Amino acid sequence: MMVNEPSAVQPSATPDDPARVAEFEARIARGESIEPKDWMPERYRKQLTRMMSQHAHSEIVGMLPEGNWITRAPNLRRKMALIAKVQDEAGHGLYIYCGTETLGTDRQELVQQLLDGKAKYSSIFNYPTLTWADIGCIGWFVDGAAIVNQTMLAKASYGPYARAMVRICKEENFHKRQGYEIMATLANGTPEQRAMAQDAVNRWWWPSLMMFGPHDAESSNSEELVRWGVKKKGNDELRQRFVNLTVAQATAINLTLPDPALQYNEQTENWDFGPIDWDEFWRVVKGDGPCNRERLAARRDAHAAGEWVRVAAAAYAAKQQRSATEAA
Amino acid sequence: MPDQPTSPTNGTDATSPADSQWPLWEVFLQPPKGEAHEHAGSVHAVSAEQALQNARDVYARRGEAVSIWVVPSASITASTPDDMGPFFDPGNDKPYRHPQFYKVPRGVRVF
Repeated sequence: MMVNEPSAVQPSATPDDPARVAEFEARIARGESIEPKDWMPERYRKQLTRMMSQHAHSEIVGMLPEGNWITRAPNLRRKMALIAKVQDEAGHGLYIYCGTETLGTDRQELVQQLLDGKAKYSSIFNYPTLTWADIGCIGWFVDGAAIVNQTMLAKASYGPYARAMVRICKEENFHKRQGYEIMATLANGTPEQRAMAQDAVNRWWWPSLMMFGPHDAESSNSEELVRWGVKKKGNDELRQRFVNLTVAQATAINLTLPDPALQYNEQTENWDFGPIDWDEFWRVVKGDGPCNRERLAARRDAHAAGEWVRVAAAAYAAKQQRSATEAA
Repeated sequence: MPDQPTSPTNGTDATSPADSQWPLWEVFLQPPKGEAHEHAGSVHAVSAEQALQNARDVYARRGEAVSIWVVPSASITASTPDDMGPFFDPGNDKPYRHPQFYKVPRGVRVF
């Protein structure tokens, strides 16, 4: 039986044997799934651990901008949906942490890297959620972009990652639809609600396009990840797919995407779009986004505030075990 | 072995500022339509009871399961990829175990 088994992983200190690397790449080329106990190049393990832990952290930090609005949701239906969505994000983080552990790094270590500010997560979560429309926009754009990316990752060469993505994709559709419904409702509301929806679109559109990462030509990791079948498509192709999908959705609810260069290209059958402000992207990645410090502080506070629960659970389990031993 | 599921207090200490790394449990879900239990992922938990609750919260938020098994990860014995060839050989070299091995007259529906 093949199961995800972190204990099976033995990191090797020796450089990879070229013959084994060739054999490994042949397996990838045949479309075989790489499983936790299979031999893999150290670089593959390292790159996957980096990518998967960043993905897991993004799910966890992603709870913060939305959690900000749970107490202020406009009605009970919206509030219940938002709570369920935030709970899903926690679940998604756990699926991916569990997948990352199969590569030989404990969750505790990954969580610590996040709390120490040593780990990256998706830059989109370093933007503030100023109005209720931002919650709609996150569901529509951010989860929409995530679906495009994760649908591709559901075919990743590493089995535990691909399987976590399949599970996540099933759940993300609810996230996107609840967000789009919020936007459609606002866009169809009072002039003030309409303006609020358009303002959120204006602020979230470009950061959402940045979620797909730098152009392939400037992405140091993209080429290698594509070669090893972790990613099946490049950043630019995925970004284009997201734009193509979203334009019609915006038109349907009479909201305008804030890009004067946006234009349908008959030849490529794509929506051409204007240049992305990569200076802004790198500024936020490097820690100077509007909310980088706030997010990390909130995550540390939440972790510290949950400490008593972890201590209590461990104490209770120890007590149960003691009484079981005494009874025996 | 990074985890010892038989020792529930592994890594926890009320005075320690570090997070606790609780034992790892593999989670198996049985879907509602009578399929066998299938591996879903893993959870960390201090006890079997908590592992079940965590598994429900993490892997079965939408009626995915009518039954959940949790098994200490360290209790699972698995075949290794290295002996994959020889280990599965006895099954692979017997084509006569498959119906396609047998010839039937053309045009006859056997099933």
